[in-house]
Amino acid sequence: MAQILIVDDSASMRNMVATTLKSAGHQVTDAADGQAGLNKAKSSKFDVVVTDLNMPIMNGIDLVRNLRALANYKYTPILLLTTESSMDKKTEGKAAGATGWLVKPFNPDKLLATVARVIG
Amino acid sequence: MKIEVADQAISEQVMQLEGIDFITGGDQYLTFTLGEEHYGLDILAVNEIRGWIPPTLIPNAPTHVKGVTNLRGNIVPVIDLRILFQVGNVDYSPFTVTIIVAMKSATMNRTMGFVVDAVSDVLNAEKSEIKSTSAFGGSVPLEYVTGLVNVGNDVVTLLDIEQLLNLDEDDDEH
Amino acid sequence: MPIDMEQFHEVFFEECFEGLDVMEQSLLIIGQSNDPEVINTIFRAAHSIKGGSGTFGFADVANFTHVLETLLDDARDGRRELNEECIELLLRSCDCLRGMFTLLQAKKTPNLDQSIELIAAFERILRAKDTTVNTAQAEAVIQTSPEGSGSMLSQNSKNDVNTSISTDNKDTKHWQITFVPEPQILLSGNEPLRLFRELADLGKLDTTANISEIPNFADLTVDECFIRWDLELRDSSASKEDILEVFDWVIDECTLNIQLINDNTSTPVEATTSEPSEAPMASSQDKLTTTDGLSQQIASTDKKMAPDVQATSSDKNSLSSSSSSIRVGVDKVDNLINLVGELVITQSMLSELGNNFDITKLEKLSHGLEQLLQNTKELQESVMRIRMLPISFAFNRFPRMIRDLALKIDKKVELVICGENTELDKTVMEQISDPLVHLVRNAIDHGIETAEERIRKGKPEQGCIRLDAYHQGGNIVIEVTDDGKGLDTTAIHHKAIEKGLIDSNEPLSENEIYDLIFQPGFSTASQVSDISGRGVGMDVVKRNIKSLGGRIVVQSKLDMGTTIRVHLPLTLAILDGQLVRIGQQVFIVPLITIVESLQVKPELVNRVSGDMLMYRLREDNVPIIYLYKEFSISADNTDIDNALLVVVESDGQKVGLLVDDLLAQQQVVIKSLESNYKRIEGISGATILGDGSVSMILDIPGLIAASFRRSKAKRQFKAA
Repeated sequence: MAQILIVDDSASMRNMVATTLKSAGHQVTDAADGQAGLNKAKSSKFDVVVTDLNMPIMNGIDLVRNLRALANYKYTPILLLTTESSMDKKTEGKAAGATGWLVKPFNPDKLLATVARVIG
Repeated sequence: MKIEVADQAISEQVMQLEGIDFITGGDQYLTFTLGEEHYGLDILAVNEIRGWIPPTLIPNAPTHVKGVTNLRGNIVPVIDLRILFQVGNVDYSPFTVTIIVAMKSATMNRTMGFVVDAVSDVLNAEKSEIKSTSAFGGSVPLEYVTGLVNVGNDVVTLLDIEQLLNLDEDDDEH
Repeated sequence: MPIDMEQFHEVFFEECFEGLDVMEQSLLIIGQSNDPEVINTIFRAAHSIKGGSGTFGFADVANFTHVLETLLDDARDGRRELNEECIELLLRSCDCLRGMFTLLQAKKTPNLDQSIELIAAFERILRAKDTTVNTAQAEAVIQTSPEGSGSMLSQNSKNDVNTSISTDNKDTKHWQITFVPEPQILLSGNEPLRLFRELADLGKLDTTANISEIPNFADLTVDECFIRWDLELRDSSASKEDILEVFDWVIDECTLNIQLINDNTSTPVEATTSEPSEAPMASSQDKLTTTDGLSQQIASTDKKMAPDVQATSSDKNSLSSSSSSIRVGVDKVDNLINLVGELVITQSMLSELGNNFDITKLEKLSHGLEQLLQNTKELQESVMRIRMLPISFAFNRFPRMIRDLALKIDKKVELVICGENTELDKTVMEQISDPLVHLVRNAIDHGIETAEERIRKGKPEQGCIRLDAYHQGGNIVIEVTDDGKGLDTTAIHHKAIEKGLIDSNEPLSENEIYDLIFQPGFSTASQVSDISGRGVGMDVVKRNIKSLGGRIVVQSKLDMGTTIRVHLPLTLAILDGQLVRIGQQVFIVPLITIVESLQVKPELVNRVSGDMLMYRLREDNVPIIYLYKEFSISADNTDIDNALLVVVESDGQKVGLLVDDLLAQQQVVIKSLESNYKRIEGISGATILGDGSVSMILDIPGLIAASFRRSKAKRQFKAA
């Protein structure tokens, strides 16, 4: 259904998100850090980007900023994976241009529901 | 199961064993001769039959251990049963046969070659036909024998594969 | 479609173990500097572990890691300094987590006692700070369980709606909503129509767009939204919270007016306006507790926790437990693919040649075969390299171990690591890990002196242990060096005599005395220290190294220090060998053992103490071994005069092997004799030569040891 990019430095998290989204028929690409994610986003267009916040090389917030600077990602839904303790990250994320967030820990159903919110 | 032949000279001696019913589980025995005597081995344990190629000597090995040979990349010891059992003449001709026996179980995973004079028919024997050995006589140590079977006028001595494959354990006795 | 989370567990556990390693290493180097980059690294590792544990259902781990994360979050925001106390607690937490994950991996339930203690200790630290809003927030979060964002926002609403309405489930509510998005709303990827779609799930939705605010066409910017909407949601059972949830992402970027117009009640309930939300932290002000500047004694818990933690840290050993997977760099895999490609090309070329072969193509065939040799060699090297990992994996456990050890026995020790990128076979590394630990423990325990003693000797107070690894001629050499008191040959000699290991009359070379420390039951420690054992260690170390096909060499100087060098083959499966012929048989001598090969000069042969023949090789007297006698085989040359001698060495002892002929040198694949037969004295394995025949590989250390035992027995016999 949709082309989704998941960016997270945890392989098990990437696995889980990819498997969940694929089971709903989406096509998933993954990256292990912000820079890799940005590169992937540049080389092909994704309908939704889901990204963790704390990553090496380039973190989630910077990734959001960089994505928004790209012409074809101006309005693309970008979701942040946050923990309940990083409330200020939500604000910062929104300021950087993120669409919304998904709070960790989440289960597969919540993930699918949240992604469904942003798919046109 | 088609038994592979390594040497031209023994092709006449090898039986085509296609169509053997293995479900009956081990009631078939490959029989062979040592001198004038007949012996049998559980056919399921027999991997292949080869001719005689002088193996590489093992230093300070007992006389019945002729050495080791290359079996498709694996190092396999070669034991001369005629020497071990002290039966028949020990000579090596183009007709001499090496039976490659292997067994893989929870406790053992081994392959060995046994040198014999010639290979004969495949013997079908029910358990009821197998008689226990007599307590005396014979140069074959009793631990290697599982029983005797009458075939016509001959007697076939059935050998215990597991014991044979373990024989290096009791080498020190010789 | 329920997704089975268990399929992700194994990778998660591996990640956690790695993350814990990273945390530990970073904690050890953080020292006094509190480098923000390092703190960030530690935070990220803890954060990852926490996130994953929560997601994959390991609530206890998640709760535990949460406090760590809170502390680390404070640290990386500069609100707190990570002092010794914190670092110690964090290190112990790493041990605890390792233990928990090991149990979880084995599908067992972890015991929570240790983690509960640690959590309590952390909380004490966290409370001990001044009560600022931030700390209170951290506290509040510790006490509350994770909730969705919706509920956080619901705390912001000023007036609560009547209870009767909030519990009303009938589909009779009629909501009137005014939605005025800020112009930039589209730039966050939030599309109003999508919001309405969601809203429409809650009931019957009618939307009316209000375009009164749209500027003139000329002033219109394409990515700004000037439309506002009036929405009517009828026949809905939704509560206000449900509606707010739909807008939760955009609540900051709009003005929202939600009004309930309910047919059942006569008066409309007062509207509540949701302004762009204030900091959600405000709500947790109520949760402020009364602590203030009460500094707790954390130290008292240290002693109590120490024994348990020590146990876990010694249990944890993700390296020595041989894991069934190996991480391979993509470059190595790509290289392999390329080489296989070249092999395929060579094969088809040879195949083609073989199709219409005639004698004129001989040169091409020769060239093709050479190509094949090259391809096979490269492929072999490439594949072997896949099993190679940098020795840093083995070295990495030492900073922590040395720190703990040094604290325990009150010595100051510094660890220097070199050559950590030197690669070796994964299995060899797994098996060398424990011996290395023992060597290092020994160096600290018996080698490095106490601080006072060192100062008295004019040495720097801090002792130094140096780990090094490098490649040397097809092998890897690992060095453990200490600048401690060195080996006292006299003391060792006496101890050995005392223990009856050697004869008091026997003169021993320095090397031979050093060798004594590897004898079973030997230990010169006047009291047995519990960290490096009762003399059972060194002989096991030597045995392990030998079983890997390696050797161990000792070098020492009194009061200066000791260096122990472990030589290991790079791989266990392949050997560089020298083919030698004795009679009809071809044997392989491991190249690494060969000192030199020479033609015997009769005048240098001496008969010594009875019938032992020795060859004078420069300074040494080298005993001669007649291999044909050892193996009971025939040889061409049974006479020492003008014979060929291959001088080999093991454990510092040299012998000369009498052979008939020196053949080629080649790499051979080591095949086991024991799998189908049994262990043979003097032989370490077998190989298959190019002609298909089997050739035995000589066990040089075994041969030398046997010959020395025999000669010693002879001497003793003669003496008796």
